[in-house]
Amino acid sequence: MKAITKSPWIMHYDASSCNGCDIEVLACLTPLYDVERFGVINTGNPKHADILLITGGVNEQNVEIVKQLYEQMAEPKVVAAIGACACTGGIFAECYNIRGGIDTVIPVDAYIPGCAVRPEALIDGVVAALGILEVKQKNMKKRK
Amino acid sequence: MEMMILKIIAIIILAPILGGLIAGVDRIISARMQGRKGPRLLQPFYDVLKLLGKESLRVNKVHGLYIYLSFIFMILTTVLILSGGDILLAVFSLTLSSVMFILGGYASNSPYSTIGAERELLAVMAYEPMVILAAIGLYYINNSFLSKDIINSSVPAIAYLPAIFLGFVYILTFKLRKSPFDLSTSEHGHQELVKGITTEYSGKDLAVIQVMHWYETVIAMAFVYMFIATAAPISHLYAVIVCIIIYLIEILIDNSFSRVKWKLALKSAWIVTIVLGTLNLVVLQLTM
Repeated sequence: MKAITKSPWIMHYDASSCNGCDIEVLACLTPLYDVERFGVINTGNPKHADILLITGGVNEQNVEIVKQLYEQMAEPKVVAAIGACACTGGIFAECYNIRGGIDTVIPVDAYIPGCAVRPEALIDGVVAALGILEVKQKNMKKRK
Repeated sequence: MEMMILKIIAIIILAPILGGLIAGVDRIISARMQGRKGPRLLQPFYDVLKLLGKESLRVNKVHGLYIYLSFIFMILTTVLILSGGDILLAVFSLTLSSVMFILGGYASNSPYSTIGAERELLAVMAYEPMVILAAIGLYYINNSFLSKDIINSSVPAIAYLPAIFLGFVYILTFKLRKSPFDLSTSEHGHQELVKGITTEYSGKDLAVIQVMHWYETVIAMAFVYMFIATAAPISHLYAVIVCIIIYLIEILIDNSFSRVKWKLALKSAWIVTIVLGTLNLVVLQLTM
């Protein structure tokens, strides 16, 4: 296994979510689930992060911030959309101010459904994202 | 001569391995204190290997350069102390390393990084007098700044310098960047300045910062070691045990205190330095 899959540092951003999924993201870091077992660290800094976890359907005011966070991350990087709103816009999809899903703004690698998403599903999704991260790193080396 | 070169190479390779293992144990014990299982023992090494494989984003040309200069001085300090060299020179080399690190923080022009650099500067101001007093104290009782002479004395330095030892343990918290004095950047996620002075570093530059911190841990522990070790072989075992105990206390302090404001950090460090450091030297002057 590559080092990158053993040390995924996450960055969590709330793109106008109802806060339900955000609580579940943080629940993963608590003693019950303790994702630091797998080397996951919540960095809060896009320049240090490997995985961007985004919740919510992205409203018009978030668009630039989401783009900027994505651009500030160092390659290789993956994005995981957390929860129904982040995947498709969810129940807010029809709202006048909602873009409807993270993939309307930046490319998404893993979709993790649920309202709110369960911590088990979240960990599962992050593991899936790690596979993509490994492939991306291989491609990055090939390009060099 | 060849032996010397081999010794230096061994120090350069083994010191970060030891430091990395200490960091791994630190993370596991911290996790257990918080009721978690914690990462694998080799997690810090995986982190660094991962960072080496990542892209290094730099905001300008000197930004990364300062980190490598800082790294070179950190290695020099480690080699000086562990090969039996001059500890006064090592202290100044360590300061130069900190200065380069701070300049790197300023060079990025990022507000978080700049405030982190300012706080790191304050931390250096807070701990530096005590480090120099410790070096002076060790010289005073051994008539030598060479670390190989200090660990070959007949009586452990701590017998003459108990107050300086306590003062040094106090400022060790700054050097190891542990709460309550992790103002400039923290290993933990809870940081009001994103990641403080290291905010703008990524990829290989960040990996170098991690490895630099491992060297720093070994240097800090080497200072503690010098207070205990004597010519008697058994004392080296005691020195290792004391180093372990001191580090465990640091982990406990890290997990049980919140970060303090810079004024309190600076004031308390200077009060400790003035009271414990000078008192010890004055008593030594009067009695010896």
